Amino acid sequence: MAQTIYHAANTRGKADLGWLKSYHSFSFGDYYNPERMNFGALRVLNDDTVDGGKGFGEHPHDNMEIISIPLKGGLKHLDSMDNEAVISDGDIQVMSAGTGIFHQEHNDDQHDAVQFLQIWVYPNVLNVEPRYDQLTLNKADRHNKLQQVLSPNKDDAGVWIYQNAWFHLGDFDKGLNTEYQLKAKGNGVYVFVLSGSIKIDGQILNTRDGFGIWDTDKFNIEVLEDAEFLLMEVPMTF
Amino acid sequence: MEKVEILAVGKHPEIMKTVLRLINSKPEWNGTIANSTDEAVALSQNTAFNVVLLCAGLDEVEAQQIKALFKIPVVQHYGGGSGLLFAEIYQALDN
Repeated sequence: MAQTIYHAANTRGKADLGWLKSYHSFSFGDYYNPERMNFGALRVLNDDTVDGGKGFGEHPHDNMEIISIPLKGGLKHLDSMDNEAVISDGDIQVMSAGTGIFHQEHNDDQHDAVQFLQIWVYPNVLNVEPRYDQLTLNKADRHNKLQQVLSPNKDDAGVWIYQNAWFHLGDFDKGLNTEYQLKAKGNGVYVFVLSGSIKIDGQILNTRDGFGIWDTDKFNIEVLEDAEFLLMEVPMTF
Repeated sequence: MEKVEILAVGKHPEIMKTVLRLINSKPEWNGTIANSTDEAVALSQNTAFNVVLLCAGLDEVEAQQIKALFKIPVVQHYGGGSGLLFAEIYQALDN
C-alpha cells in the first residue's frame, strides 16, 4: 500500500532577508525541522523570490546535484567554470557540484523580482568533475501531459543528473486526470503544486503544497482546478 | 557555556574556509579544520570534539578511516558550506 506525506504550503520554513524571500520545504539555513530533512534523495526544495538588482554572491558547493527552475523573470548565473548565462521561465538549469564549484546568481532585472525553485538532490556518486548545463523547454509540451525535464540519462529528454531521478512538469486543465508510472523500484515521488489544485490518493493539494508518495508503482492525479505542478521522482534510499 | 567543538575534515581550501566561517558564525559552536585523517587524529588529541564533518575532497577510504577512528557522530557534509550545514550539525547533535 502506498505511503504518503503531506506538507501544506504554510508549514514550510521561511527566510526573509529583505532582498530574498525563501520558503523551504525541507530544513535549510537557519530553518531546522528534524521531521523535514529530506524526501529520499531530494534534500532541498526552496521557493525563492529575489528582488530586482539583488542576488547571491559567490559561494561554493560540492557533491550535490543542483537544479534551478525559473518561474518568473531571469536569473543570471556565473561560475568558476567560466559559465555565464541567464535562465528564464521555461528553462531548467543543472549543476553537478562534484569536487567543488563556486558560483553566483543574481536577478537579471534591476527592478522586477525573479521567482525560481532551487532543488538539491543527493548525488549517487561523490567527487565527480563539476558540470553545468541548461535547457530551454517547450512549455506547450506539458499542456495536459507530463513533460520530462530531468532524468539520469544523458540521451533522454531534459537535463540529466548523477542520481536515479526523473522530474516532470505538467500544466493541466481542470477536470482532467493523469497517471504517473514510477520509473524505478524503490523510488518515491514528491509532488509540488506551482498553481491550482489537484488531488492525489485522496489528498487535495493547492498552490505550493507538497506531497510525497512511495511504496507504489503508480498513482493518479486528478486536476480539480487548472494546475501546474512538478513531480520529482527520487530514490527513497541512496 | 562550553562551546560545541566541530571538526571539519576536507581538502578543498576555499570551501573549507567557507565551512569554518559558517560554523563560527554560531556563537555556541567552535570550528576546527583538518585536511587529512592524520591531522584530524592529531587535533583530536588536544580537543574533545563533539561532531566530525566529512567535507569536500575526501575519498571513500579516508571517510571510512575517520568513521572508524572517531567514536563521536561523523556526518557527511554535502553542498560545500551551504544551507545544509547547520541542519547537518543540529541533526548530529540531536542523535
